[in-house]
Amino acid sequence: MLIRWFHQLGSPPYFQSLARRLSPWLAVPAVLLTAWGFYAGLVHAPPDYQQGDAFRIIYVHVPAAWLSLFVYTGMAVAGAVALVWRMKVAEAFVIAAAPIGASFTFLALVTGSIWGKPMWGTWWVWDARLTSELILLFLYLGVMALENAIEEPRSAARAASLLAIVGVVNVPIIHYSVEWWNTLHQGPTVTRFDAPAIEWSMLLPLLVSALGFTLLFAWLVLVRMRVVLLRREAGSRWVREWLQNP
Amino acid sequence: MSDWWSMGGYGAYVWSSFGIAAVVLVWNMLWPYVQLRQLRRRLRQEEEQV
Repeated sequence: MLIRWFHQLGSPPYFQSLARRLSPWLAVPAVLLTAWGFYAGLVHAPPDYQQGDAFRIIYVHVPAAWLSLFVYTGMAVAGAVALVWRMKVAEAFVIAAAPIGASFTFLALVTGSIWGKPMWGTWWVWDARLTSELILLFLYLGVMALENAIEEPRSAARAASLLAIVGVVNVPIIHYSVEWWNTLHQGPTVTRFDAPAIEWSMLLPLLVSALGFTLLFAWLVLVRMRVVLLRREAGSRWVREWLQNP
Repeated sequence: MSDWWSMGGYGAYVWSSFGIAAVVLVWNMLWPYVQLRQLRRRLRQEEEQV
C-alpha cells in the first residue's frame, strides 16, 4: 500500500491534483495561526523580567530560525530520495523549498540582528551561532544558483540535491553551536529535556506561530513544486489538460 | 495604548522585526501564485502558436 502510494506521489499529474486539493486546508490554518501567534505575542504575553518588551522579537525570530533548519533538513532528505530513486517530485521539492528556506534564514538573521542591538549592544558578532546561520543562508543561495546555472533541468536538480545533502552537516552545527562554543547567543529555552525555561503564556504564542510558519511552508512549497513540475513537463498531456481546465 | 506602541522603549526594534516578518511572509505567499499565472499565460501562448 505504502509503496503504491509512493509511486503515485512520484507521478507529477497525481501530485498536482493532490497539491491543489491540499492547498486551502494548509493556507487557511497557516494564516490564522501565524496571525494569532503574532497577536498574542504582542498583546497577551507578559514582558520578560530581564529583557522587557524587546523579548517579543522571539515570536518572529525563533519560528523563522526553526524553519530555516527544518526546511534545509527536508531538502537534504528529498535530495537523497531524488538521487537514489530519480524521483521528479523529490527533485521539485529541493528546488521549490530553497527560496522559502532562504527567506526564513534571512528573516532569522535580520530579526536576530535587530534583537541583538538593544540586548548585546551590537548588530552582529562573528560567533558560532550567527556565523553558522549565515553559512546556511549561503547554502540556500548556493542551491538556488546551482540549479539556475545548469541548463539541463535534470542535471541541475541532481547538482542542487547533492549540494543540499552535503550542506546538511551545517544543521547540527547550528543547533549545538550554543552548547559547543562560548557565544553571546542564549542557550535553548524550549527544546530542553526537563520543563522549558519559559512561562506558558509566553510559550503558547511561540508554539502557535511556529506551527503557523510550518503550515505556511507546507502550503507554499506545494505551490512552488507545481510551478517547477508544470514548467518542466510543458507539452505533456496533463499540463495541456491543466491549461484548458485550470 | 501609546504605552503599548512604545513597547517599553523597544518599539523601534519590535515593530521593525514584525514589519520585516510581515513583508517576507506576504512576499512568500504572493510570489508563487504570480509565477503560476505567468507560466499559465506563457504556455497558453505557445499552445496557440503551434
